Amino acid sequence: MTRNRHLLGWLEAAPLAVILLGFLIAPIVMIVIVSFWGATEFSIYPDFQFENYAFLFSSPVTYKVFGATFKYAFITWAFTLSIGFTVAYFLAFHIRSQTVQIALFLVCTIPFWTSNIIRMISWIPFLGRNGIANQTLISWGVIDEPLEWLLYSDFSVILAFVHLYTLFMVVPIFNTMMRIDKSLLEAARDNGASGLQTLLHVILPLTKPGIMIGTIFVVTLVMGDFITVRFMSGSQRANVGRLISNDIGLLQYPSASATAVVLLCTVLIMIAILLRFVNIRKEL
Amino acid sequence: MERRPRSFYVLAAFFGLFVLFLYGPILTIGILSFQGPGGGLTFPMNGVSTYWFRDLFQEQAVGDIWGAFRRSFGLGLMVMITTVVISVMAGLAFRKKFRGSGILFYAAITSLVIPSILISLGVGLIFNQLGLKVHWATSGFGAQLTWTLPFGLLIMFAVFNRFDKSYEEAARDQGATAWQTIRHVVLPIIAPSLIGVALFGFTLSYDEFARTLLTAGSYNTLPLEIFGMTTNVTTPVIYALGTLTTIFSFGIIAAFLLAVWIMGKRRARLGSDAGRGV
Repeated sequence: MTRNRHLLGWLEAAPLAVILLGFLIAPIVMIVIVSFWGATEFSIYPDFQFENYAFLFSSPVTYKVFGATFKYAFITWAFTLSIGFTVAYFLAFHIRSQTVQIALFLVCTIPFWTSNIIRMISWIPFLGRNGIANQTLISWGVIDEPLEWLLYSDFSVILAFVHLYTLFMVVPIFNTMMRIDKSLLEAARDNGASGLQTLLHVILPLTKPGIMIGTIFVVTLVMGDFITVRFMSGSQRANVGRLISNDIGLLQYPSASATAVVLLCTVLIMIAILLRFVNIRKEL
Repeated sequence: MERRPRSFYVLAAFFGLFVLFLYGPILTIGILSFQGPGGGLTFPMNGVSTYWFRDLFQEQAVGDIWGAFRRSFGLGLMVMITTVVISVMAGLAFRKKFRGSGILFYAAITSLVIPSILISLGVGLIFNQLGLKVHWATSGFGAQLTWTLPFGLLIMFAVFNRFDKSYEEAARDQGATAWQTIRHVVLPIIAPSLIGVALFGFTLSYDEFARTLLTAGSYNTLPLEIFGMTTNVTTPVIYALGTLTTIFSFGIIAAFLLAVWIMGKRRARLGSDAGRGV
């Protein structure tokens, strides 16, 4: 019977396993292999050399770009966490009717099912030189000339990240908050805890798994991004993803692969650290 | 009813601003897509017209928007059906705690968190080295599944964590075979969640960009087409396209949510029809 269970389990999981093998594991293996290959201007050839890595680690650009990537990830994380936590807290503890709760939750999640590209494009009329933000600020007399740093800057990149990814914080945090036993909150209040104390000493610790899952999503999405940075910075800023996509554009696949391997290792190490704090399967 | 604390109003205002932040920009390009023929990419409105929408239906200087839409729609349906079927099967498999399930689970999580450009690059390289042509329906399809399947799987975990096993035991005690139990008991009970998986499958595929970039081949999907337009189209026609495809997305989402809602209503009225199978 138990052998039967393992066999049946694998049979049912086979399609998933095949897809992951073919389109996840094999591509990773391929990238690792190609990262040791050589390249001419037009083609790549099999080889076993460390030149791609040597070049990568000796170039100051690499460190700068990795630094920028961490910076984007950290700032985006801080914003999405504080906004996401506040929104989830409001939904979970201040909305009394379940119907309203579901409706408002859906309002927060619907943008996730629409196009990221369009959501990025939609910032242009806001942030442009003659955009809504500048026109409004000028008409209020706050500034005399249009601010140049609103669009095509670190500011617009991070704004777009926060806009795109905050719901990855809202959903898991809301999910864990909804499982908090309400009697714990009553107990805290009965024992004389203020609202803030309850928040800090009861709700926050119990919400940690949700925060971790949200963090994993946001950090990996930002670290692996190449399109938001390119589009929102008007190609004036760089992160690791753009470094890879530039190499791809120049057909320098081996060097793109080497960068990709380093990026993947960085991301996986960060996730391994984060996963020490949370058991994902139990939290669903 | 207890009086609302003051913090409620502060938080409600914050929430309101958040919703404005989420939807404000898309509403703006919705308005701007009705620019007059001479209008630009920002306010002020230069008259109101449907000029840019009509322009969309005419021959474009670059690209093939409607072909891209048809491809994205077809690919979305393919990914949706595959995601639902594979996720349900894998969800059932993981309940059995078979040997090696831990590795498969971590592979699925890796698939979710891996930088998308790696999938794009890796799949592209493999097809290239095997001498195969990348095409949206083969390499693009597989690459998108690496993004939709983990979501489907996580939803199935959430579903089965809350699943009451006594229904299945009851079916088995009455002499149902394993397949009958799944077909007439398990599937009807989890049906609404499957609509959720389908919604993820379709919309994530329809809007996918990074994993399709190097794997779609010479025929673009809609997001790739739109991105191409951002570099060389400087008229509100791009807003008109953005508005149309967003309305389309909202329509799809509404249809799925409506289906879940109707199913819930029916169930509330008739009781679960699980186990009533003939």
